[in-house]
Amino acid sequence: MTAFRSLSLAMLKGFYRDKATLFFTFVFPLMFLIVFGLLFRDAGTDKITIGAVGEGPVVTALGETGILDLEHFDTLDEAVAKVSDGDLPAVVAQNGNEVVLRFAASDQTQAGTVRGIVVGVVDKLNLIVTNQPLRYQLDVSNVEDASLKPIQYITPGIMSWGVATTAVFGAALTLVSWRKKQVLRRIRLAPIHASTVLSSRVVVTIGVAIVQAVIFLGIGALPVFGLQLVGTWALAIPVFFLGVLAFFAIGMLVGAFCKTEEAATGAANIVVLPMAFLSGTFFPIDQAPPWMQSISNAFPLRHMNDGIMDFLVRDQGASALVVPCLVLAGFTIVVGGIAAKVFQWEDS
Amino acid sequence: MFTQVNGTGNAAVVVEDIRKAYGDLKAVDGVSLSVTEGEFFGILGPNGAGKTTTLEIIEGLRQPDSGSVRLLGESPWPRRVSLLPRIGVQLQSSSFFEKLTAREQLETFASLYGVNAVRANEMLELVGLADKADTREDKLSGGQRQRLSIACALVHDPDVVFLDEPTAALDPQARRNLWDVLRAIQARGKTIVYTTHYLDEAEILCDRVAIMDKGRILAMDRPAALVRGLDAPTHVILELGSLSVSDATALPAAEDVTEDELSLTITTRRPADTLSALADRGALSGLQVRTATLEDVFLDLTGREYRA
Ligand SMILES: Nc1ncnc2c1ncn2[C@@H]1O[C@H](COP(=O)(O)OP(=O)(O)O)[C@@H](O)[C@H]1O
Ligand SMILES: [Mg+2]
Repeated sequence: MTAFRSLSLAMLKGFYRDKATLFFTFVFPLMFLIVFGLLFRDAGTDKITIGAVGEGPVVTALGETGILDLEHFDTLDEAVAKVSDGDLPAVVAQNGNEVVLRFAASDQTQAGTVRGIVVGVVDKLNLIVTNQPLRYQLDVSNVEDASLKPIQYITPGIMSWGVATTAVFGAALTLVSWRKKQVLRRIRLAPIHASTVLSSRVVVTIGVAIVQAVIFLGIGALPVFGLQLVGTWALAIPVFFLGVLAFFAIGMLVGAFCKTEEAATGAANIVVLPMAFLSGTFFPIDQAPPWMQSISNAFPLRHMNDGIMDFLVRDQGASALVVPCLVLAGFTIVVGGIAAKVFQWEDS
Repeated sequence: MFTQVNGTGNAAVVVEDIRKAYGDLKAVDGVSLSVTEGEFFGILGPNGAGKTTTLEIIEGLRQPDSGSVRLLGESPWPRRVSLLPRIGVQLQSSSFFEKLTAREQLETFASLYGVNAVRANEMLELVGLADKADTREDKLSGGQRQRLSIACALVHDPDVVFLDEPTAALDPQARRNLWDVLRAIQARGKTIVYTTHYLDEAEILCDRVAIMDKGRILAMDRPAALVRGLDAPTHVILELGSLSVSDATALPAAEDVTEDELSLTITTRRPADTLSALADRGALSGLQVRTATLEDVFLDLTGREYRA
């Protein structure tokens, strides 16, 4: 067996024989994926429930819009009481040709939405009755992919975060514990080059990252969550690998500086956790305040997230590869270079 | 018994006046020594004497501030890859890959040297760990770890083996087991350079020893020669009452006689004469003979009791 293969194997065994590492690599990020996946499963498709009294074409049409859920009441007074209590945003009653809409002004946005829908339906029905030909044609469709659901955002975010964390910790802890336990010195007494040690660690990190990605995407694709790999998803692969390398380099830097495993764990957390919060792992970055968005641009995780989502969610073309790939490659080279400079085989 | 200094006469290690200081502390302060091929050479001394630093300079792990080292005819610093397959090193604290079994450790080290992994089993046999082959490193006892560590140093069949305190912190039985391993290695024709703070052990195992203290070598020779050079008297100890003090004083070559509650001690520089006279009188009950040891040599050299 070559030195490269046996070192990779030694690292791999050190990895999968450690239960805590396995937990933080696979189970922990999956817990987030599952919790967020279930939590936001129906987000954005929430229907508004309004009260309905009586029967007629307007009430029927409102029920068929797919946007409103109707809760039926026997009398208008009863329904209005519910609106006053704040239990319902509005109530619609139809009695023959008379349509009544009563709404709670406390929630302006919802009131406006309901009002718009009801007015639209009533106008449309009026138009049909007059038998007039339509003059203005309205073409309506949504801009994003039809499959756009929260899981499409959540999965790449959690995946990038999980992979980044594992890459940083794997590289840093191997380096620190091998240095502390004198394995690095002992390896230095064998006729192999430092690059063999480095490349075997890179290969193990990438291998573990691939397994993570397959598991996270596989779980996301379960029917309960409904992740779909759409359009240009394959273009996310180079971004993914460059991201892994960037975080590997960060791990090498942490490992070069830290003397103990405890220090390395702390330092790795300090580096990765804020990045995760500010880079759109736990909530979409577009909804963050602008200052946070600009800060997050300095983080490789933001670019890894963005780059992967561009293809996995936003169906972008190959030109969208340029920015994330350049940023991540640059990060890898600069951070990796610094790590190589400060690297030590033994504690002085 | 006739002991002979092993070796072919070629120098495996030649060290000339190496020095290494850490700040004001002179860890190694002008050490010169040479080790012949096939020799079992011991560097002895108390903790902090500079043994490890000396060894690591010879191995090429540290750069000396001054002085020169030739290891198998080459300079080990800066790191010389061509030299590495020919030397085997056990570092002072064992260096194992995490979570690997004994056999996996050996296989991994073997592959670093491009050696066939089947050597792993042979090494486990040699150090008596065959039944622990599938035990993880952290589940081995102290003695087993040391033996595994030595096996890892030998897996690529090096010519010169460096062992840094292989018997430290072992119980007496584990130490004895390890001595057998060390003798077996020497029987394979290896040059062994090892450090210890057990002087008694070095006396038994080594062809030649260097006694170190405070960064310097105080004496270097075969253990027996060092002890003989001391011209220290032998103590012949008898059971109390087997001989009166005045009779004992009258024995040939008896220099001094002391008595305590348990025993009578005769000091002599010609123990053969004294002992044969005792044998003639049939006064040998409870006989013990204490000759000088390397500890006495250390005391003589430093003026203080040896304390590891
Ligand atoms: N890296 C180092 N930095 C500072 N002092 C050191 C270092 N290595 C060894 N020393 C000191 O040098 C002296 C000799 O150490 P060492 O060679 O380890 O002795 P030994 O192996 O005989 O116990 C000790 O006083 C030790 O504290
Ligand atoms: Mg030492």
